[in-house]
Amino acid sequence: MSPALRRYILVRVLLTIPMVLILVSLVFLVLRVLPGDPALAILREGASEEQLASFRAALGLDKPLHVQYVEFIKGVLRFDFGSSMTRKIPVTQEIKTFFPATVELALASMFVTGVVGVFSGAFAAQHRKSAADYTIRILSILLYSLPIFWLGLMLQMTLGKGAGWFPVSNRLSPGMTPDKIITGMYTVDALLTGNWPLFKDAAWHLILPSITLGLVLAGIFTRLTRANMLDILEQDFITAGRARGLRERTLVYRHGLRNAFIPIVTLLGLQFALLLAGAILTETTFSWPGMGRLVVDRIYDRDFTTVQGAILFFALLVAGISLFVDILYGFLDPRIRY
Amino acid sequence: MTTTDILYQIRDLVVEYNTRAGVLTAVDHVSFDIHRGEVLGLVGESGCGKSTLGKALMRMIQEPGRITGGELWFDGVDLMQLSPGEMRKLRGSRISMIFQDPMTSLNPVQRVVEHITETIRVHEPHVSIKAARARAAELVDRLGINRNRLDDYPHQLSGGMRQRVMISLALALRADLVIADEATTSLDVIVEAQFLDLLKELREEFNLTILLITHSIGLVAELADRVAVMYAGRMAELADIHELFEQPQHPYTRGLLRAVPNIRLEDDELYKMPGSPPDLVSPPSGCRFHPRCPEASEICSRQAPTFHEHRPGHFINCWLYQEQEESVSLEASS
Ligand SMILES: Nc1ncnc2c1ncn2[C@@H]1O[C@H](COP(=O)(O)OP(=O)(O)OP(=O)(O)O)[C@@H](O)[C@H]1O
Ligand SMILES: [Mg+2]
Repeated sequence: MSPALRRYILVRVLLTIPMVLILVSLVFLVLRVLPGDPALAILREGASEEQLASFRAALGLDKPLHVQYVEFIKGVLRFDFGSSMTRKIPVTQEIKTFFPATVELALASMFVTGVVGVFSGAFAAQHRKSAADYTIRILSILLYSLPIFWLGLMLQMTLGKGAGWFPVSNRLSPGMTPDKIITGMYTVDALLTGNWPLFKDAAWHLILPSITLGLVLAGIFTRLTRANMLDILEQDFITAGRARGLRERTLVYRHGLRNAFIPIVTLLGLQFALLLAGAILTETTFSWPGMGRLVVDRIYDRDFTTVQGAILFFALLVAGISLFVDILYGFLDPRIRY
Repeated sequence: MTTTDILYQIRDLVVEYNTRAGVLTAVDHVSFDIHRGEVLGLVGESGCGKSTLGKALMRMIQEPGRITGGELWFDGVDLMQLSPGEMRKLRGSRISMIFQDPMTSLNPVQRVVEHITETIRVHEPHVSIKAARARAAELVDRLGINRNRLDDYPHQLSGGMRQRVMISLALALRADLVIADEATTSLDVIVEAQFLDLLKELREEFNLTILLITHSIGLVAELADRVAVMYAGRMAELADIHELFEQPQHPYTRGLLRAVPNIRLEDDELYKMPGSPPDLVSPPSGCRFHPRCPEASEICSRQAPTFHEHRPGHFINCWLYQEQEESVSLEASS
């Protein structure tokens, strides 16, 4: 790694700190400033003042706001989001249980999005104004405008319940259990433990949800990739490459795509929040036990600490991912330096 | 050179662009030869079709343009008859091109060395990456770039070095013909001088044939053996450099040379040719230069002259040198 790249990464990491601080403060404030008393919400009408007070004291809600804030920050630094109001376990424990399912779904969807979006976009650009180009463009607009749950239901009806090829809910068939939780992503764990039947079952369950989410997001990537590739394929270095006898394939998929990757990776980073939001909708459609299910379930339970913890975790995650994307950007584009 | 050895014969080449205004004929029935081992300068005002002609010689005209006629006999083979795949194999290996702007002509996210190795390996697939790298190192050494710079990205090099990289790419497979399109325009004067010296050396060493497309008469004087002058998509005059500079025949060539500073010192003020180049969608009738020509006569607007060998090795496209035979035939017909 060059010194310039190291410096760029360092600066980018330092810039993330104030951003994270603002995020954490926002999450802290929102749940305390919004109307509604969590104690009252949990204990319901008719609880005595004493009961309410002891409930608040247990959660530290009776202390002055700034003291609460300092404690909250300290907790976050230790990766301690308090304990669940309804279950007596740490919120981080809950996240640990549900998050891997979301990651597995998000990664699989991102893969679908990347492969479908980037290649269809590059292909459309390469064969500009052909029938394939128009078809791809129309489909991409169509996909982008589809609601996730609708596409999910359609896939369930056709390939799922209809043809009976794929399961439409849960992560594993009844009776299947992972031998050992390592990453919490069942497909990965199955591969790590060499449990082939488990891998097949987990992957089989993953297909429809990840295609649903992946396809909906792929539309934007097709369009972005196509637009960028059209631009890039007009550039001098492509003409120069052609003059050196390079194949069209090489020009489009190596030279062109590598240059188009920079905006694509940026978009991927920016779309990550959308991916998580989409994952939550997909989880609901496919009864996928991930973070989306956790948040929705705990909102019904009025479990404020868990909801706060989960949201905070998501916020930190998005910040972390955007940092990662920027660093990746630095590696991909040798020209970018602070 | 006792008998001239012809490397590339261009016959009746026509290139058209489909534009909103109509069909634009950028190269209109152009015929000439490129001799093996020579530097042929190609000059003419902006927009007269020089770059289009250069690209057409590699069959690299892109939409909305198209080669609509002519024959391209390169070393005995008519390139117009080759399949796209066969044509691709020729590009970079037998005919290569140096472009105007070396910054934008190199892939910004690819290291210098990868440009060279991939060019070598696309034409010689059996060469290992390691061997290609070694060849690349040798090549850039020869061109005066430190081989430590091979792993740099284009933006890390100076303009002069980038242009040397472009040359090394053009020479990587020892191409017979190098087409240099405004290759020095983006360089400053000192770097340009170095570039010229280098080109002169390489020319001997690699036995190069160069088509030197340029605006700069000075550059042509410095390097070329023969000069072709283009006007509005057609060839105006082609001759040995000394003959052309000392006795320019075509009124357009004369005007062009008078407009160059330091060539005709006796002129007090720099000459400016009246008028401007025509619109190539609907060019003037007859000789396209006639509206700007101080010596135009009645026939010039009526009928186009033909590009013919007026004296051995001196080609002209002008009624001043074609009058007699034509008037004879005109008298005969009337
Ligand atoms: N892609 C294109 N589409 C439409 N017309 C074009 C295209 N490229 C070139 N032309 C037209 O063809 C004619 C010749 O252009 P060309 O670039 O070959 O000229 P040139 O002599 O190289 O000019 P310059 O000295 O400015 O580089 C011009 O009238 C130009 O407008
Ligand atoms: Mg040009």
